[in-house]
Amino acid sequence: MSADRNTGPELPESRRRFYLSFIYGIGAVITGALTIPAFVYLFFPPKTQKSGDWVDATDLSKLTDNTPEEVVFRRNRVDGWKVTSEKATAWVVKKGADQVIAFSPQCTHLGCAYHWDDGTHTFICPCHTSAFAMDGKVLSGPAPRPLDRFEVKIDNGKVQLGPLERHA
Amino acid sequence: MRKVIDWLENRTGIETLIRDFLYEDIPDSSGWHQVLGSMALFSFLVQVVTGILLAFNYAPTPGEAYNSLKYIVTELTAGSLIRGLHHWGASMMIVIVVCHMIQVFIYGAYKKPREATWMVGVILLLVTLAFGLTGYLLPWDNRAYWGTVVTTQIMGQAPIAGPYLQRLLGGATGVGVVTFARFYAMHVLLLPPLTMLLIGFHVYLVRKHGVAPAVVETEPRKKFFPEQVFKDTVAVFIGFILLFVLAVAAKVPLESLADPTDTTYIPRPEWYFLFLFQTLKFLPGALEVVGSTILPGLAILALFCAPFIDRGPMLKIRQRTVAIGIVVLAALGWSGLTAAAYITTPKNLAIAGGEGVAGWQKLTPPELAGLGYYRQEKCVACHLTGGKSGIGPSLTKSPDEHRSAAWLIPFFKQPAKVIPGSSMPSVTLSSSQLNSLAAFVVKLTADDESALMSTPDFVTDGAMLYQAQHCNACHQINGAGTKLGPPLNGVSGHHDRAWLEKHFRDPQSTSPGTVMPAYKFSDKEMDAICRYLLALPK
Repeated sequence: MSADRNTGPELPESRRRFYLSFIYGIGAVITGALTIPAFVYLFFPPKTQKSGDWVDATDLSKLTDNTPEEVVFRRNRVDGWKVTSEKATAWVVKKGADQVIAFSPQCTHLGCAYHWDDGTHTFICPCHTSAFAMDGKVLSGPAPRPLDRFEVKIDNGKVQLGPLERHA
Repeated sequence: MRKVIDWLENRTGIETLIRDFLYEDIPDSSGWHQVLGSMALFSFLVQVVTGILLAFNYAPTPGEAYNSLKYIVTELTAGSLIRGLHHWGASMMIVIVVCHMIQVFIYGAYKKPREATWMVGVILLLVTLAFGLTGYLLPWDNRAYWGTVVTTQIMGQAPIAGPYLQRLLGGATGVGVVTFARFYAMHVLLLPPLTMLLIGFHVYLVRKHGVAPAVVETEPRKKFFPEQVFKDTVAVFIGFILLFVLAVAAKVPLESLADPTDTTYIPRPEWYFLFLFQTLKFLPGALEVVGSTILPGLAILALFCAPFIDRGPMLKIRQRTVAIGIVVLAALGWSGLTAAAYITTPKNLAIAGGEGVAGWQKLTPPELAGLGYYRQEKCVACHLTGGKSGIGPSLTKSPDEHRSAAWLIPFFKQPAKVIPGSSMPSVTLSSSQLNSLAAFVVKLTADDESALMSTPDFVTDGAMLYQAQHCNACHQINGAGTKLGPPLNGVSGHHDRAWLEKHFRDPQSTSPGTVMPAYKFSDKEMDAICRYLLALPK
């Protein structure tokens, strides 16, 4: 009923239709011109991705073969507009004379800190009882993938850690 | 779809509400001259959207504010576009609001019964200006800081209210963290909801009294939708294109971090306040308060009371000569003052922080150190710049007219030996310093001269220190030096001032294992070298 009242009698239908499509069209263009940059701005990562520097984590001589050790070291982390120097930890396992594996200290399930259990010879997460073998493989529990590893290189008897490589 | 709309309509009546709003009757005379109100509303919405987006990546404390804004414009995709939209959108909103007022004023549309609509509009103008004023500080660069220093001082001059106003704005003990917090809170917490309430009330009043009709109105009346909305949309779209082009093409300056000790900085308010700034130049001493607060106060009062001063019946626009005259006079006065302010305020020597390369930023450290020695030795006392000859010849030459450094250095040592009869005193500097001086002198060309001469002192001091400490033995700037250590261009992207200072004092603490030795700089030296390095281009 209201439609009749609302159409101006002097406004031809074709012109009315033109007005409407123009209004909605331009409305869509302006909305797009604002939401696309907004989306890009909020969801794209910052332009310069700083690849993490290599940091000394520990001395090779302090590690014994096949005994996981939790090491504490300092590393710089890019946090938005800041670079913060922060304490970080890693679980490192020496495998022979020149091979060291370093695990990120967070369970791959929900990010809890796990620990090495000497009795069962596994990494155990206290949150949801995920268990990992010494090589990081999932033994039991809800963890979806093996433990994440740091890139490792050994330089002059120092164990150096690089960026995290996500285990597939 | 229809079902959903019907359900909504039955439960909320929203369809009727929108229809009643859109299918409002408007006079037949309405048209293009009435699009400005919609444009003002639209530009406010753009400010809301872009402002919220900026706030998502902005840290509202001094220092952090600057770093986070720099991060927005350099690191985030579309960040500088969004800042551009917000910055230019602010200017645009002021232009539109003023044009809206001028239109209403010329038409006399504020007359009975629309006085309240007009008065709310005047308050909205003040709120818009308050947005501009408070937002100006938020980048926390030199421009923001010094501009706000002047503003808070001016407010302090207001009779009676001055000291209270200054205290309220946190400017009583100088511009600092408190001022910043107050300005930020006003800009994002107080003013936006206030503006929304006022806009709501303003639009409600427009609807209550209807759009002001012409003196002689012909029937039939028209509908607001879609005919007038179409015109509004066209105008809004043109405005939006203009804004978008400005935001993309015209870079918004982000100068160096606010520096309260920078005595070379010439503060300048945003362009729409320039006329006030200029007025103060004509009113010395005790009269200053008249220009800074009393006159603007009276002008706003007159504007506010316009409907009560001009009480006559509605006239055709051609007969409103007094109103048109007032607008023309105000426009002339405003543009004259603004133009005068532009002409008489010296150009700022400050360097751009992120964008735009200042003349000195192209030079290498030895060349900049050379400029330092050029100043230290007062070369300019005899060698005038700008192509003029003083006691000595002008040193501004085209690149191939310049003598080589190999000629210049022995000449600096013993001028009369190279050019017999030369009255130039010998320059008593070490060989490496003379090398730097020569490297700089050959860079003096007509194109670069004024940019180079305005190089800030901290840059030349920093570069002289850089040369004296042989930093170039390991580091590289603008291609000069070696790459033994990291190149230093764009170092501000990776490190801040605190990191640099720590790095100089104890390199092992920031970069374990580095071969960089520790440096014991005086506070002044530390300041110069850090600021110089942080101002380096990418």
